[in-house]
Amino acid sequence: MALKNEDGSITRALLITASLLFLFIMLILPLCIVLYIALRSGWETYKNTVTDFYTLKALQLTLSSTLVAVVVNTLFGLFAAWAITKFSFRGKKFLTTMIDVPFAISPVIAGLIFILTFGRIGWAHEWLDSYNINIVFAVPGIILAVIFVTFPFVARELIPVLNAQGSDEEEAAALMGANGFVIFFRVTLPNIKWALLYGVILCTARAMGEFGAVSVLSGHLRGKTNTLPLHVEILYNEYKYSQAFAVSSILVIMAVIILIARNIVEYKGKKELGL
Amino acid sequence: MKYLELRNINKSFGEYKASDDASLGIEKGRLIGLLGPSGSGKTTILRMIAGLETPDSGDIIIDGRRVNDVDASKRGIGFVFQNYALFRYMTVFENIAFGLKVQHVKRDAIKKRVGELISLVGLDGLDRRYPHQLSGGQRQRVAFARALAPNPHLLLLDEPFAAIDAKVRQELRKWLRKMIESLQITSIFVTHDQEEAVEVADEIVVINAGRIEQSGSPVEIYKQPATPFVARFIGRSDVIDNAGLLKGFEAAKDFSQAVIRPEFIRVEKSGHLEKYVRSIEEGTVEEVSFRGDCLELKVRVGDALLTANRPLEKDELRAGDRVSVLIRRIYVFDGDAARILENENMKNQAVYI
Ligand SMILES: Nc1ncnc2c1ncn2[C@@H]1O[C@H](COP(=O)(O)OP(=O)(O)OP(=O)(O)O)[C@@H](O)[C@H]1O
Ligand SMILES: [Mg+2]
Repeated sequence: MALKNEDGSITRALLITASLLFLFIMLILPLCIVLYIALRSGWETYKNTVTDFYTLKALQLTLSSTLVAVVVNTLFGLFAAWAITKFSFRGKKFLTTMIDVPFAISPVIAGLIFILTFGRIGWAHEWLDSYNINIVFAVPGIILAVIFVTFPFVARELIPVLNAQGSDEEEAAALMGANGFVIFFRVTLPNIKWALLYGVILCTARAMGEFGAVSVLSGHLRGKTNTLPLHVEILYNEYKYSQAFAVSSILVIMAVIILIARNIVEYKGKKELGL
Repeated sequence: MKYLELRNINKSFGEYKASDDASLGIEKGRLIGLLGPSGSGKTTILRMIAGLETPDSGDIIIDGRRVNDVDASKRGIGFVFQNYALFRYMTVFENIAFGLKVQHVKRDAIKKRVGELISLVGLDGLDRRYPHQLSGGQRQRVAFARALAPNPHLLLLDEPFAAIDAKVRQELRKWLRKMIESLQITSIFVTHDQEEAVEVADEIVVINAGRIEQSGSPVEIYKQPATPFVARFIGRSDVIDNAGLLKGFEAAKDFSQAVIRPEFIRVEKSGHLEKYVRSIEEGTVEEVSFRGDCLELKVRVGDALLTANRPLEKDELRAGDRVSVLIRRIYVFDGDAARILENENMKNQAVYI
């Protein structure tokens, strides 16, 4: 018995050490370095970079494109998950698979797809041009890219929850005379709200950090089509390391806030279920 | 006139026929037990009546009106689900009030009605609890109160006690029976437990593989089973192959199947049934088991293994004992035709004695 216990505790210690070490080297160390380099040239430089006009513009664009993407994807995710779990229809498997596409293909390719569709060589270009709509190398393109890359998150979180719950409660509500609207807001939504919130948070995190697809579609017009990650890249390419890392630290701080929100949501969701 | 009628209902899921030309009628205020083995299509029938499932063909008529095309939310039916399906993010009070709120009943009226129902089902003081804070029996009562709240004219209960342990189930059965009786609400009650059906229902509908085998009062179904399935499903029974070879049952030769119940059999030590000599069979006891109020014997007669009950006060029989077996009656079936055969030799004997 004693031997077995010892064995167990050795395995345990090894596993925990390995995981912590890995986390430290891969995550905590780099994050500390980001903050260290960001502040290396002094607080003044840091403040100046962070409050710089172009940085603020980039922050604004990142936040607004994230907001639009999250709203659109929350609605899309709800509809798609609802359709997939509550109805059976032709093409359901196809839809389920298609939702995963952004996970599977590289964001760069996603960016190229939009260039080939809406860019100068794309088939939709002429038509859009006649309405004076620019997508490629403009803000709409960035938003499209962010939406594309983040659309699976909400749906993916919701589908298992909706599946596991079945439709008994909805049917019970319907039998008591409730219409679809009431059923959704009074019965379904409370059941999925934590999963929904969790999906929204993951979606937000991914939208803020998106680089590849946005990079292809943005054209890197400083103050116009630059998001925070792109701004970091530009600064870095100009060998302005301190500034690059200062801007990065903004992203890190936003990520930490989201991480905390995520943990709160997860904790509350679990607590409510365990009640 | 019947309050609820199903006429030639068919329903398939892919290749599988979950309802096969099912017809039944229920009078107002009656409590019907829908009885059948697992997978026989009981839930499917309830769901079609409620409007949660659409029959492929046939009519559903409630109170003289065909409701096939009426939406589930407009049928005014109370439904207690197999797993209750309580709203988990609502309290007991909110659960029961839901149907009334949806109908825009005034707040005071809702409060009054829900309060009444909570006392009716005996959940006073629990109105602020959430479903996960209740026991199985309490949840069952909430589900029942919730279904009753909007004053439905028809109440459907899908195995309402399936998830409850045997002791509590017994109490809840009696409670439900009393409750429905006092409310005078037409109800259908699904179960796969024949004992439960017999105890609770005014009338039993036996269903097997999507077909309605028989409907009638519990006694009728027990005494005059219409099909071999019913004879075997209700009460205890044994199927015997060559019934025509049994003394006094020569007429059984013309039927394809025969079924015997323990109540139809008397077993005594060899030589103790002399006066029925023309009717008795000789057999051997193979197994004796204690059944609480009697002994259950397995007796081998020819190639048939029969089950018989023996009162405890009679002298004991052991495995291996030679016995005389007197069979008074058997059920015989041929296709859809069913008959009860009495022992011919015993009848004649009665005349001579
Ligand atoms: N939505 C469905 N899709 C496919 N098959 C179904 C569906 N619903 C029911 N069935 C099938 O129809 C048959 C009857 O099902 P039903 O649920 O009515 O049985 P039941 O008598 O209620 O059984 P139980 O006592 O186990 O609840 C089963 O064989 C089941 O597999
Ligand atoms: Mg069922």
